[in-house]
Amino acid sequence: MFFTYLRRELRRRMRQAIFIALGLALGIGLVITVIAASSGVSSSQGTVLHSLYGVGTDINVTQTPTAGSGGPTRFGFGGGNSGSKPQSGTSFSRSVLTSGGLGTLQSSAVTTVSGLKNVSAAAGALTLTDLKLSGTINAGGSGTGQGGAASAPGGRSSIKSSSFSVTGVDLANGSLGPLSSGKITSGQNFGSSDSTSNVAVVDANYAKAQNLKTGSTFQVAGKKFTVIGIVSVAQGSTSADVYIPLARAQALASMTNEVNTIYVSAASAADISAVSSEISGALPKATVTTSSDLASEVTGSLSSASSLANNLGKWLAVAVLVAAFGLASLLTVSAVSRRVREFGTLKALGWRNRRILSQIMGEALAIGLIGGAAGVALGVAGAALVQALAPPLTATTATSAAAGPGGAGGPGGGAGFARAAQSATHTVSVHLTAPVTLGAILLAVVLALAGGLVAGSFGGWRAVRLRPAAALARVV
Amino acid sequence: MYQLTGVTRDYQKGRHTVHALNGVDLVIEDGDWLAIQGPTGHGKSTLLQILGALDRPTSGTVQFDGMDLARLRESQLTQVRAASIGFIFQSFNLIPTLSAQENVETALVPLGVTSAERQDRAHRALADVGLAERARHLPSELSGGQQQRVAIARALVKQPTVLLADEPTGNLDEGTRDEIMTLLEQLWDQLRLTLVIVSHDSIVAARAQRTGLMENGRLTVEASPTSPFPEEGTQHNVFPQTH
Repeated sequence: MFFTYLRRELRRRMRQAIFIALGLALGIGLVITVIAASSGVSSSQGTVLHSLYGVGTDINVTQTPTAGSGGPTRFGFGGGNSGSKPQSGTSFSRSVLTSGGLGTLQSSAVTTVSGLKNVSAAAGALTLTDLKLSGTINAGGSGTGQGGAASAPGGRSSIKSSSFSVTGVDLANGSLGPLSSGKITSGQNFGSSDSTSNVAVVDANYAKAQNLKTGSTFQVAGKKFTVIGIVSVAQGSTSADVYIPLARAQALASMTNEVNTIYVSAASAADISAVSSEISGALPKATVTTSSDLASEVTGSLSSASSLANNLGKWLAVAVLVAAFGLASLLTVSAVSRRVREFGTLKALGWRNRRILSQIMGEALAIGLIGGAAGVALGVAGAALVQALAPPLTATTATSAAAGPGGAGGPGGGAGFARAAQSATHTVSVHLTAPVTLGAILLAVVLALAGGLVAGSFGGWRAVRLRPAAALARVV
Repeated sequence: MYQLTGVTRDYQKGRHTVHALNGVDLVIEDGDWLAIQGPTGHGKSTLLQILGALDRPTSGTVQFDGMDLARLRESQLTQVRAASIGFIFQSFNLIPTLSAQENVETALVPLGVTSAERQDRAHRALADVGLAERARHLPSELSGGQQQRVAIARALVKQPTVLLADEPTGNLDEGTRDEIMTLLEQLWDQLRLTLVIVSHDSIVAARAQRTGLMENGRLTVEASPTSPFPEEGTQHNVFPQTH
């Protein structure tokens, strides 16, 4: 009788039932879509952070450059007498490794950090730029170096410049650091015996541009290096063009026992903030950046999508859901009011309040479940639509090693040349996915049941409160 | 058997108190057929609701089969309605989405009988009122007289001891009215029911054993002049009106 009565009643109120179910479906569909989009955005953020800072890195430690540091890089001419006045017609070609104004930390800091409580690993890295200038000095021969200038305006010299980024990698902690998010596509990664060898792992994009292959040789700071592997790092990462052993980088840049980034992995996610504080205590002048700090530094359309999904989307879904619950409750109460005579009759026949309540709740739950099923379908469709129509998102983040004030571009003399600090921002393009998880579907079912229960409770309360005599008084 | 003593029922209507029943004393023996007449708004339906355990009096006692309905809990009143009292309404009050058979079955739901027994008893009750062939029809597919027959089957399927009818022929034409009243008479006679009918129709009232007149919340009962069970005298009120 329960199911027969329920089925017939729903059929009689089909339009209203569809209306209520659609309202619930819209709310639930929005919740699923927003959860899916939000999860996709989080995943994209993860991708960006991994590509920018390496997989497994919880904390980055850098050193703010002191004012005036990172001054011009000087290139010597004429038999190695740096700064001497060259003769007209002199051809030159010089290549140097420069830290480009980045603050440096002593290698001992890596040991200090790795010895801290709750730190599972720490790896140092030295990010450098290989600058190469070549050309001929025609006359005059002097110029004023300007940050980032490609030619010296002081004379009519013809000077060409080129550069590529070089990162010295701590081979003892290869699983952490700049190469951790990369995938070796050809050749091999560094081995522990490579620490003093002139070998390099080259980024796939740079290798393609420079036509480098495994076994090829090229020059870093004027020294011949052999390519042992090609690495592909996720989407437009801030990865360097060339990776070489840390010890070699330090030697070539005359920066023995210096690094400019320490990658730290905490023992567990819960320890990150404690570890961050410990590092700040141990290295008071260092800048300590956690992964959540990094996430908050991400700007661009990915950041906009994130705030859209987390703020507007969340509140829109909640608002629609509340409206749907309210609408379902109102319509259920209204339907009960129209059935006063019916319930009065059933009470006169001896139906208990509990039985009448369960009948009303059953009807409301059935509508809720239909709405839930439609909501899941709408949500899956919405998520698919987001995935299909969402334009590629870009994420822009400030590098943790941006130059400080006066860190670069100071006036140079003679044939000096200063390069601007390493690019201050990096942009990564990611495609937004919107995965519908089992958890989201379970949430939809719970919401559907909750919607039904809320609506049924209001309707049932109205019916139970009804005195049988009062109900029948309307018809007798 | 019913024994009502000093029953009053007051309603609050805005700032005014309406005295729907104003000290009703009444005895209804098992197997009695009582018709109650009176102008609209003078307490007929209120009295029927109190007899049917649908409402409680403001004061007084309502003895029914050894219980005082005025003092029973709501769940006990529900139990009394489910087991002992059948109702028939002017507008039939059938559930519009359920078939005739299912409507009759609703009266057996509170008694917890099995589905098979429910169907069997409902089918027999419909056959008793001559509607076995219409069991699967919805109320909207039946005439007024047929709907009232379904309502009668629903009221009697649980074999109550009391049948209370509120204007059972109020929505029917004369021919159907006589048909329904004849059916009720037959069932009352066969089943030895206690039958109480509220009706404006003096022809309906004339067929009763006794008739009562409700005026201003007071009841006066006398034997019907055409009753098959005429009694001596005109005052048959066991508890004469003292108010």
